[in-house]
Amino acid sequence: MPDLMHHILDAASVAAPQWLNERQTAGRKAWAASALPTRKTEAWKYTSLHPLNGDFAVAEPSVASKAELGFEHPTLGGSKLVFVDGYLRADLSHMDLPEGVELIRFADADAEQAKQIKQQLGSVADPSGHLFTKFSDAALQDGIFLNVAANTQVAEPIHMVWLTSTREVAFTVNQRLLVVMGTNSRASLVEQFDSVGSGTAFTNGITELVLEAGAHLLHHRLHLEDGGAMHIGGVHVRLGRDSHLESFHLALGSDLKRIDVVINHAGPGAHSTLNGIYLLRGSEHVDYHTCIEHAVPHCTSDEIFRGVIGDRATAVFNGRIHIHPDAQKTNAKLSNRNLLTSANATINTKPELEIYADDVQCAHGATVAQLDPFMLHYMKTRGIDAEEAQTLLSYGFINEVVNTIRIDGLRNFLRPLLASRFATEPRQMRHMV
Amino acid sequence: MLKIDNLHVRVDGKDILKGLSLHVRAGEVHAIMGPNGSGKSTLGHVLAGRPGYTVTAGTVEFMGQDIFALETEERAHLGLFLAYQYPVEIPGVSNMEFLKAAVDTLREKRGEPALDTVSFMKLARETCKQVDLDQSFLKRGVNEGFSGGEKKRNELMQMMMLQPRLAIMDETDSGLDIDALQVVATGVNSMRSAERSFILVTHYQRLLDYIEPDFVHVLAAGRIVKSGDKSLALELEDRGYAWLEDEVA
Repeated sequence: MPDLMHHILDAASVAAPQWLNERQTAGRKAWAASALPTRKTEAWKYTSLHPLNGDFAVAEPSVASKAELGFEHPTLGGSKLVFVDGYLRADLSHMDLPEGVELIRFADADAEQAKQIKQQLGSVADPSGHLFTKFSDAALQDGIFLNVAANTQVAEPIHMVWLTSTREVAFTVNQRLLVVMGTNSRASLVEQFDSVGSGTAFTNGITELVLEAGAHLLHHRLHLEDGGAMHIGGVHVRLGRDSHLESFHLALGSDLKRIDVVINHAGPGAHSTLNGIYLLRGSEHVDYHTCIEHAVPHCTSDEIFRGVIGDRATAVFNGRIHIHPDAQKTNAKLSNRNLLTSANATINTKPELEIYADDVQCAHGATVAQLDPFMLHYMKTRGIDAEEAQTLLSYGFINEVVNTIRIDGLRNFLRPLLASRFATEPRQMRHMV
Repeated sequence: MLKIDNLHVRVDGKDILKGLSLHVRAGEVHAIMGPNGSGKSTLGHVLAGRPGYTVTAGTVEFMGQDIFALETEERAHLGLFLAYQYPVEIPGVSNMEFLKAAVDTLREKRGEPALDTVSFMKLARETCKQVDLDQSFLKRGVNEGFSGGEKKRNELMQMMMLQPRLAIMDETDSGLDIDALQVVATGVNSMRSAERSFILVTHYQRLLDYIEPDFVHVLAAGRIVKSGDKSLALELEDRGYAWLEDEVA
């Protein structure tokens, strides 16, 4: 049994209702039987779990007021759920759900809903393949179920904020989200993970997205936590026939972040666009493992990740494309480009292709570069000072990906936030916002 | 305004400029012509401070200051502008924000009041129209995917917005059709004033039909071998460069 965090599981209360409790018990058994990764474990080769050693408590509900939390988040117009340290804060949330959309806590599910949750939960995020999905099951006490009925069109984005506050002791949050998009439904979802203050916390966040035939989802997962706010989690997707997913990812660095994104193309004609950005500085660490599974014919996937890594930060990008024997006529693209802005910054990038079908198109590329000296010089010949030129060029490196965000309010919220990561003083970003 | 004396420049271990001298006073237009490989582009690059261009001898004074004691951006603040023959593409940085960054900085350094966003946008749109580029070019990445001619016009647009004291146009005419050439010439002519000077680096006499120079110089083997008025350009057009090279040898 992994030593790590056993006290969290010991402290976690028994889940209710009974079906949840059963799930938790099974999860604990599976967790107890598994081994922690070492540096020899391929999937964890460049990411150490060392920062998780130490005492982590289970967070008690937060009572801090909005002002005490001192936290601003974008207003995107639709429903907003705010969780602080894992607990739903009705006073900070705003529900405005159209007909055909259910947003409920696992613990509050009625018999019909519970049946649906039981059926879907864990069917996409396979605990046998992902250690921290196993951990999520083991610590499972509650979760959120977003159910969009067939043919329902949700115009406004559904926004979920998971905020980690600062406490005197290190603490942990177990977050679980299940989204089921019914046949031909359409919605957009923003998952925002954030932190305030300088405490130590560990969030294990697992999201499962199920898109039934013809469903269309704009999904965003933002990891804005910094400092000691660590996160290991993932997004696991199953795409039905002719469904369409656009998934945008962003990670600012913190002491430890590891995000697994797994997209299963399970129905012919499904399409996924996966775009991501990671920005690191100081001694931060971010690890993205993405896996695109093509199990059936006539699916397309298009993936672009860009990273800017500065100071002594370390980043990992592992992009896997797996095309199964039956997945003929697949078109899969993957591009990962990295910009190192310091001589001591590190990126380990690896495209990983496994192709067992012969009639497919698959393109991939990974690059690591520094700022182009001629671009810098050209900007200086126009009078722009060196620091501002660097800021403009670094931001320019990710701008193209930022511009893929279709929600104006979100894009406008992120632009200055991202620009500020490159500027050492505000005047360097005065032309970017 | 610009005093170049006995300038020697080395690039990649090779001596390119070998004793070039040139004096440019305010309001003058100088054309520098010469065969390929004579060092025409090197002159612009070394004045703009491009890394890799080593000055081994000689002096250059610009606006009364030793130009080599100044950073590239400081030279721009003093009013130096180089229109590139091959400008770089900068994906992800829009032409508009690039121009705004440059204009704001230059106005600040010159002690001029800042342009508010509305006035800036108006100026940018007008200038864009003057150089015959579609407004959409303002939103595109700097030179990103522009054709050769579009890049040249974009350089011209920058020059017109930055209002330099001395503009060096490095083969801005090459590769342009006659309509585009006239756009460039009209742009340059509209900028001519008693305070502003131009160095037109060109391979062809054609440009000088539209922009009348005060002086024409021939650069060969790293130095100016002959100077004259605009009639020299016509002579070069007729006779080529070979006779001059023979004369020098």
